[in-house]
Amino acid sequence: MDSTSIATTPHELESSGLPHAHDHPAFMRHHFEDIGQQREAASFGMWVFLLTEIMFFGGLFCAYLILRNWYHPAFVAGSNTLNIALGTTNTAVLIGSSFTMAMAVYSAEMRRKGQLILFLTLTILLGFVFIGIKGVEWTTEYQEQHVPGINFSIQEFVHPTNPKAIPLAPDMAEKTQLYFFLYFAMTGMHALHMIIGISLLFFMVWRASRGAYTAGHVIPVENFGLYWHFVDIVWIFLFPLLYLISRYR
Amino acid sequence: MTEKNISTHQDAEVHVVKPPVYFAIFFALLVLTALTTGISFIDLGVFNAVIALAIACLKASLVVLFFMHIHYSSRLLKLTVAAGLFTFMLLISLTMTDYISRAWGMF
Repeated sequence: MDSTSIATTPHELESSGLPHAHDHPAFMRHHFEDIGQQREAASFGMWVFLLTEIMFFGGLFCAYLILRNWYHPAFVAGSNTLNIALGTTNTAVLIGSSFTMAMAVYSAEMRRKGQLILFLTLTILLGFVFIGIKGVEWTTEYQEQHVPGINFSIQEFVHPTNPKAIPLAPDMAEKTQLYFFLYFAMTGMHALHMIIGISLLFFMVWRASRGAYTAGHVIPVENFGLYWHFVDIVWIFLFPLLYLISRYR
Repeated sequence: MTEKNISTHQDAEVHVVKPPVYFAIFFALLVLTALTTGISFIDLGVFNAVIALAIACLKASLVVLFFMHIHYSSRLLKLTVAAGLFTFMLLISLTMTDYISRAWGMF
């Protein structure tokens, strides 16, 4: 046993006498000391990626914060056109999908293949329900002429048909486009993350059906779970900011 | 391969979170969602936004701590998450100090 193999072989194997004994599982990389260290490194890497995602969405949240303060009446009027019932339903759906994803990680830990496939499939279904409800909302906004750059009309904000809504001056009503621009940018980016996530889930169901994650190698499921929960957290903040806080201002 | 090294890695041993914990967090998140929607229908002035964001922060903390296992993770991961949030808050604060103070002295 030369010095290189001693340095790269887990210590419990040192006395085995075999040259470069492969007693460790195939998924464990040689540059890690043990499985725990490999999982720690994988989680750390995933979290660093998620921090860059926080900064990415954070820029949009910061723009929302500043512009909402500048054009407060426009943002309130824009926000009040959204459907709170659909927004709340979607929040519950997304929290449900986070729960099924967490259970998928548990199933992989317990090495239960059928249960893992079941929970990954449920996560896909709930993801599609979320995108579907979002699609219904976007369609409504298109029909109400609230899509900046494609079809936008300030009519509803200058001469509201709802007697309780406060009419805006035309120059302030123009600023509702900023609200809807940020609304579509933020919900659109969030939906794009979900579509990427759903695509990865299809791939993972296929890999799981071949037993890839139920023989001890749970890192891919766990790291995907972190991504999925992160997307859930983004929506947890989008929901009150876009739908709720302007109701009584 | 010192003893010290080995014990360090055992600290990073994976803690498998049990389904009852996930159920409890799922239930708490649904209750908080219902609560934040309910409160938005009551006129509380500026506190509508404060309470909605406080509930959102609470929900996000539950997700990070339990669904994302940070409560059971090593200090390295806890510090990573904290460093990210700190940097984000720092960038937001610096940007806001600029926007808040731009008009100072112009009235």
